[in-house]
Amino acid sequence: MTRWHVPVLALLLMLVGGGIAAYKWLALGYPLQASATVDTWMVEARLSFDPTGSAAKATLLLPKQPPGYTVLDENFISRGYGLATEDLSAHRQAVWTTRRPSGPQALYYRASVVRSTEPYPPEGVPALPTEAQYEEPHRSAVLAVLDEVRARSADILSFAVALVRELNQPQPSNNVNLLLPREASAEDRARLAVSMLAGARIPARLSWGIPLVDGARDLRPRVWLEVNNGERWIAIDPGTAATGYPTDVLVWWRGDTAPFDLTRGRNGNVQFSALKSVEQALQTAELRSGIEHSRLSSVSLLDLPIQTQNLYRILLLVPIGALLIVFLRNVIGVQTFGTFMPVLIALSFRETELISGIVLFSVIVVLGLLIRFYLERLKLLLVPRLAAVVITVILLMALVSIASHRMDLEVGLSVALFPMVILAMTIERMSIIWEELGAADAIKQGIGSLAVAAACYLLMFHPQMEHLVFVFPELLLIVLGINLLLGRYTGYRLTELMRFRDMTR
Amino acid sequence: MPTFASPRKLKALGVVGLNRRNGDYIAPCNPRHFYPRVDNKLITKQLAIEAGIAVPELFGVVETNHDARALAQLLSGHQDFVIKPAHGSGGEGIVVVDGRAGSLFRKTSGVLVGLDALEHHVSNILSGMYSLGGQPDHAMIEYRVRFDPLFGAITYQGVPDIRTVVYKGYPVMAMVRLPTRQSDGKANLHQGAVGAGIDIATGHTRNGVWHSRIVDAHPDTGAPIGGREIPQWGRLLHLAARCYELTGLGYLGVDVVLDAELGPLILELNARPGLGIQIANGVGLGRFLEAVDRDTRSGAPADARVAFSQQQFARHD
Repeated sequence: MTRWHVPVLALLLMLVGGGIAAYKWLALGYPLQASATVDTWMVEARLSFDPTGSAAKATLLLPKQPPGYTVLDENFISRGYGLATEDLSAHRQAVWTTRRPSGPQALYYRASVVRSTEPYPPEGVPALPTEAQYEEPHRSAVLAVLDEVRARSADILSFAVALVRELNQPQPSNNVNLLLPREASAEDRARLAVSMLAGARIPARLSWGIPLVDGARDLRPRVWLEVNNGERWIAIDPGTAATGYPTDVLVWWRGDTAPFDLTRGRNGNVQFSALKSVEQALQTAELRSGIEHSRLSSVSLLDLPIQTQNLYRILLLVPIGALLIVFLRNVIGVQTFGTFMPVLIALSFRETELISGIVLFSVIVVLGLLIRFYLERLKLLLVPRLAAVVITVILLMALVSIASHRMDLEVGLSVALFPMVILAMTIERMSIIWEELGAADAIKQGIGSLAVAAACYLLMFHPQMEHLVFVFPELLLIVLGINLLLGRYTGYRLTELMRFRDMTR
Repeated sequence: MPTFASPRKLKALGVVGLNRRNGDYIAPCNPRHFYPRVDNKLITKQLAIEAGIAVPELFGVVETNHDARALAQLLSGHQDFVIKPAHGSGGEGIVVVDGRAGSLFRKTSGVLVGLDALEHHVSNILSGMYSLGGQPDHAMIEYRVRFDPLFGAITYQGVPDIRTVVYKGYPVMAMVRLPTRQSDGKANLHQGAVGAGIDIATGHTRNGVWHSRIVDAHPDTGAPIGGREIPQWGRLLHLAARCYELTGLGYLGVDVVLDAELGPLILELNARPGLGIQIANGVGLGRFLEAVDRDTRSGAPADARVAFSQQQFARHD
């Protein structure tokens, strides 16, 4: 056993515990605060059209792994329609079919999404695009612009960015003027960029995102240019040449198509709307890590049946109380009945709340002590005497409950769950100390135990502590590490500084 | 308003705290499986008798409640005796009877009790009321020490005893524990007894400590505590030092009583002796323990160890 064994082990435990907790917090989004909430967006697409024949078919593109977001939940509202969803490479689509539509039709797709830091899954290089055939003089203009841009770029991404910049010059060159009308929209620019990039053998495509605005009824999809750099698709804003999607944009579909397609329908229109809802961060994190198949979430306590969860909610707090006891006894030097009796008393306070718990505890212990002293005079043997104390304690508890019920005090009823064995043992210990060391010591230790129990209760059952330990049980490794370090603390206790104070005079 | 000593000053004095005693001395020096040798006073007594170390004579042992009924017979030959639990600690559960009045027994407090009270006490001992962890226990009935009149003026009832801390067989520090009215005749500092430091070299008492406060007179009698010479001091140290071989425990508290006729007798041993002895001596244990660690010649006989201690740990003030 070397000198460093314990500190190194403690440090290791703390690093592992802290590391797992930090990962869950930062990467998986488990909330540190008990009441933390996250913004969840409810996004809706409403497809309306007028049927023109008997059997109508409507296809709507749906988001698939939108970058920066995770789809938590989705549902379709379409009465009288058959529904099928198909998974395509860049998006998914819903296909609604019906036999006899009459009057204007409305189909809904609703998804709840939440921001995610999950990296966008890599995609290989798609089939190289076919070069667009330009007529002269456009062909020369395209080649000139591409040559100029190539000279200013280093790789695929910078090439594409430089091209978009070139197309967006406030004073466009003659070549660009030839290719783009004066009042070109972002969509026009993006389309042109895609076809010009094809000329440079760079795969590019359009993508369409919905800017999420809370409460907006008619959100217009915005267009982005996506360029494949051989590993993944990278978005470029066709208006500003900024790369990546803004955080408030949900990418819906990709390609040079409309988001919907109708067979035997006309006046088709799709409307997007968004609504922000605030959800408990914990539920969202759970839902999301389940969807994202995080390995850690598969060992979460949150998957257990509720009853078992509730047990662990309490059980996981015992180490916190135990650590406090270790600190109070070995560093401060507080004297208590037994080593972990105060933790048990603190657990029973959970049933009664603190103040009423202390009152009930004191009342029952005092009454029990009186009876215990009477039993002492009967000269009973130890074990029968303990049994007698237990019996009277239960009767006392029943009496307190009945009396408080009569007085319409709810608190007195919860005393029934007060662990009576703990009370009986406390009474027995206290009475022995009373006889052996005197009333002063017994009362001092009794008050000490009660104070420590109260401190344990306040620390253990603080909502924040309950939340942290239950959501991040790995924090107990840190508790274990601190405990190991305290186990090697050979310095003075605070009470010893008082005890030995005369020696330094 | 409580005042605190500075930890640095205490450290400079070599004061050992509970955590250090437990972690640095008791844990490495006292193998757990030797504890029964000190925790069970019957075993201690048997080992001591085998080793030829002086102890109070054992009159009898009560092991079952059935035996308790035969207590009268067991006590019949004795006017005075001590009843104690074999597993007791801190002087708890000890009843001292110093005489009889008809069918009644007189406790040292002067209170007369009947046989039934003693039987009940014995039955409490048997059921484990005074033992660590509450496991069933035995009651021992043994010779009542008639203490040396030396301490008469500085003792209230009870029997003063001399506690020596023995480290790796070297007696490092000693004090005499004087019962007071407050301690109810018990020689336990926690219960209010006075502890007076003893110079290891000469066996002379020094000032005392009462409730962690330094006192120079006994609180009940007012008699000065310091400057008294303990008779047969060398023999006492020798007895204490040999308890190391007896128990195999490296950190040991040895409690000795001075019988008026029989001289020093080993009363009991303690594997976790308290730290009040440092206040009684006005000095920390640390430097003595370290001196033993530095100079320990393994296998040195008790004589050599005592000589080393008397030479090294002499105090002149």
